[in-house]
Amino acid sequence: MSAYCDIEFTLNGVRRQLTVPAKMSTLEMLRERLGLRGTKYACGEGECGACTILVDGRTLNSCLMFAADCDGRELLTVEGVAASELGECLRNAFVANGAVQCGFCTPGLMVQASHLIEHHPGADAAAVRRGIEGNLCRCTGYKKIIEAIQDAAEKRGHAEKRGQDPFPGESHG
Amino acid sequence: MEAIQRYIAPRSLDEAAEILRAGNVTVLAGGTDLMPQANAGRLPFQPVLMNVRRVPELCGIAKAGGVVRIGALVTISELLESALVRERLGLLWQACDHFASDQIRNAATLGGNVCNASPAGDTLVPLLALEASAVLASKPNGRLEMRRVPLGQFFTGPGRTVRQPTELLAAVELPLPPKGFAGEFYKHGTRPGLDISAISIAFGAVVERKLLTRVRIAFGAVAPTPIRAPRTEAVLEGRAPDAAILEAAAQAALAEIHPISDVRASDWYRRELVRNMLKRVISHVGLL
Repeated sequence: MSAYCDIEFTLNGVRRQLTVPAKMSTLEMLRERLGLRGTKYACGEGECGACTILVDGRTLNSCLMFAADCDGRELLTVEGVAASELGECLRNAFVANGAVQCGFCTPGLMVQASHLIEHHPGADAAAVRRGIEGNLCRCTGYKKIIEAIQDAAEKRGHAEKRGQDPFPGESHG
Repeated sequence: MEAIQRYIAPRSLDEAAEILRAGNVTVLAGGTDLMPQANAGRLPFQPVLMNVRRVPELCGIAKAGGVVRIGALVTISELLESALVRERLGLLWQACDHFASDQIRNAATLGGNVCNASPAGDTLVPLLALEASAVLASKPNGRLEMRRVPLGQFFTGPGRTVRQPTELLAAVELPLPPKGFAGEFYKHGTRPGLDISAISIAFGAVVERKLLTRVRIAFGAVAPTPIRAPRTEAVLEGRAPDAAILEAAAQAALAEIHPISDVRASDWYRRELVRNMLKRVISHVGLL
């Protein structure tokens, strides 16, 4: 019989209370207990970044975080990022630049890219490459992904300057 | 299958030390080493899992009387963002800059890297060169006590340290390096980020009129623990790093390291890396 603990945290802006096994990972909690399947399980040891989420405003590998440690913290998953203006901007840029192939790495990359753009709005290609070094894509190269992130950063920068929709005229479906 | 019988997240160092005194505790901080080691079955859980992340005494970077105290919970990202670390502990800052990925740097703690005691631990090599000490907290007689162990005496083997199961690493303390001290950290891996070093080198010295003084050298992944290289330091002390001195230093280093062959590199390749890259980092610093 393994120990359980009661935790309370904010998930994508919503207050949650949960009882979790002491050694459960945050990734397992998100996917299996809360049904948020956008965060992907791949390597399970922090090498690939498919499970990247934001905790208290910083990205980390949810496969390496104990669910118990979520207590009192603020989590944002790809579902939360996608609902934001920046998430929408990123999604459109990934589509427009053909940066998605099988798509498995995409949620982790979107979360990591949102963090990168928030903290380094003017990131050049080298800075983007550095920023996503913890995210693996096994389908293709990284060129289109890097271009998509730069594109999103640029569009967002322009939109912020003008206070406008970053993708005027495009559907947001 | 081991079972965790109790999960506890203490709110003070005193409380954490009390829990450790009772015994059979696995300490959790950033989780970036604990989780994969536990999942791979390399580290069986003790009956008590203690999450120290809410212990305020383990947080923060502070300077007092020429000593920098880095709390065990300070993350690699926090070290990178610290002006004090960047400006005065450049060797440590450089190692943090080469450390894993953004996601790992945001979670991994300095204390965790020290206690995990990997022979290839990225921060351990600059910490050794910067003459850091581990501050260990325990409560042997009902009172909180601190024991300071120089890092040169802290590591006893791969994953092993002199820390007792009843002790908690509270902080790492570093004397501020002398004025004019400059250094370079070098890490060799097959990927720029997220790779375990095949070898790593921390070299630092004060350079005055082309002469090296206060020379400090440490190596990672070339012995069962990260090591200082005192005989190599002695070869360089007070000398100008010309070609002959560089070769003499490289030869001294080869006599001080004991690399093995494993999945990351052969013994031969590690020796070649040390010989050539030591010369390079000395030259970089010597030409400042």
